[in-house]
Amino acid sequence: MSSAAEQSSPRATWAGMALVSPALLVIVVFFLGPLLASVVSSFQTKAGAWTLANFDKSFELYSGDVWYTAVIVLVSTLVVGLMSVAIGGYLTLGTNPRAQGVLRWLYRWPLFIPFIVAGQVMRTFLAKNGLLNQLLIGSGILEPLAAQSYLDWRGIVLAFVWKQTPFVALMVAGAMAAIESDHIEAARNLGAGRLRILFEIIIPQIRRTLMVGLVLSYVTMLSVLSVPMMINPNSPTMMTVDVAYRINAHGDYGVANALCLISLLLASVGAWFYLRHGVARKGVQ
Amino acid sequence: MSAASLDSGRSGRIGKMLIRATVLGLFAFFIFGPLLNLVLWAFAERWYFPNKLPSQFGFSFWARVFDPRGNAMASLLTSVGIAVTTVVVCLAIAVPAGLALGRLQLRWRGAIMLVFLLPSAFPNLPVYVNIARVFYELGLNGTVAGVVLVHAAHGLVLAVWISAAAFAAVDKALEEAGRNLGAGAWWCFLTITLPLAAPGIIAGGIFVFLESLDEFTGTFFVGVPDVITLPLLMFNASMGGNYQIASITALLLLVPSVGFMLLVERFLKPNVMATLGR
Repeated sequence: MSSAAEQSSPRATWAGMALVSPALLVIVVFFLGPLLASVVSSFQTKAGAWTLANFDKSFELYSGDVWYTAVIVLVSTLVVGLMSVAIGGYLTLGTNPRAQGVLRWLYRWPLFIPFIVAGQVMRTFLAKNGLLNQLLIGSGILEPLAAQSYLDWRGIVLAFVWKQTPFVALMVAGAMAAIESDHIEAARNLGAGRLRILFEIIIPQIRRTLMVGLVLSYVTMLSVLSVPMMINPNSPTMMTVDVAYRINAHGDYGVANALCLISLLLASVGAWFYLRHGVARKGVQ
Repeated sequence: MSAASLDSGRSGRIGKMLIRATVLGLFAFFIFGPLLNLVLWAFAERWYFPNKLPSQFGFSFWARVFDPRGNAMASLLTSVGIAVTTVVVCLAIAVPAGLALGRLQLRWRGAIMLVFLLPSAFPNLPVYVNIARVFYELGLNGTVAGVVLVHAAHGLVLAVWISAAAFAAVDKALEEAGRNLGAGAWWCFLTITLPLAAPGIIAGGIFVFLESLDEFTGTFFVGVPDVITLPLLMFNASMGGNYQIASITALLLLVPSVGFMLLVERFLKPNVMATLGR
């Protein structure tokens, strides 16, 4: 019996469904269900009546934080993208193998370091007596008396960039390494400079990988609680901290879920792109 | 070529080398500076502003963390116990799903793939908040079982993806050869397919273990107040201003993460990682 005939038989189809269904059930119960409950609850009062009051209250109290969150996450995504392209570009086009080796060894270190540890690490590094200030003072850029702590929006952005760049850079460098070297060689022979090759030949070919990496990063950063809590818990702060506060201090699930829905909307732009691309790719395989 | 242009060529090369060294040096400081600062705090007995370095180094905080009756050791045990259970639960569900997705011709495959992509495409904070709300009514809040369920659901997506990729990479001809020699379907799976897919599945298991060990947000909402994992202990110490305990705990969490980062390229090449859908 050929394997194709075996697989398309109704029995094999049922076996396949039986094998997948526990995993599907877990996703439905522990992901889709709670997500739906969050959306529904954001339109309800504590007693369960329909209302828009949660959104009024959210905007009244936290509209500043919504902006603060959006700007921080967008700036971080942008910087992560620039750094990833720079790292991948140098690994692909650099002319000094030793420098490339050092860079390849360097950039991955924070890859699997959890956000909470990144938060603690930055709390010490960016403090008034942290090593960043010592470098700036030591090199004469900063007067000792002008030293300040960077534990505000700048600290959050730095922690995000530190933690997320390796992940996106890894994807980008992998995609760049997979480009046929003939294209790059041909452009080089025609006298194109390295920057021009990067922007006109390499980036167009890895655009999708870069976008997927950045979207995943963007969505992840939107829902990180530990980094803003550890670096900048006071107002203005990120929406995740507000959500935790509404629940822990007031048991106010209505406003918490309204804030969650707003962050879902911020994420959905990216999510739409990612899912469309992901399904297209996995469907072909 | 004149001597002057030769000379300017050389100084240009030296200039380029200096720029390269400076940029790499700054990047190295960006990556390792924060980690170095953490290590300094872990061994600091006393460190007040404006002192550049700790005024006294020592191990007294390490003794406190590694005290067998202390909170930190209890948290470490809780964390490892939860992570191991999570891996078992996760793989028990993910390996069959991976087999079906990687090997069998499934109906509605695209839709099923979409469902497994969803969790990484949306923020997970609303999910944790509302799971905690339901778990509270079920009496699962503050229990190890509740935390394991949350971690397993979180790790499942990655585990399914990796095991699907692992099964898809197994050469079908080997299985067919086994069948032609008279082996049954189950025997073929157990002696040919599963062993060949095992390295990928083990990699998936390590991923799930690390994700569980490092998980903060879900545990923060579901585990309180009774389940204190290592990340929660670190958070409490840091917020309480005890930087030494927080830094030592952070170092404990760093070791497996960095170790895995250094090992992972042995069995997952960057171009494979890039296609992982995460």
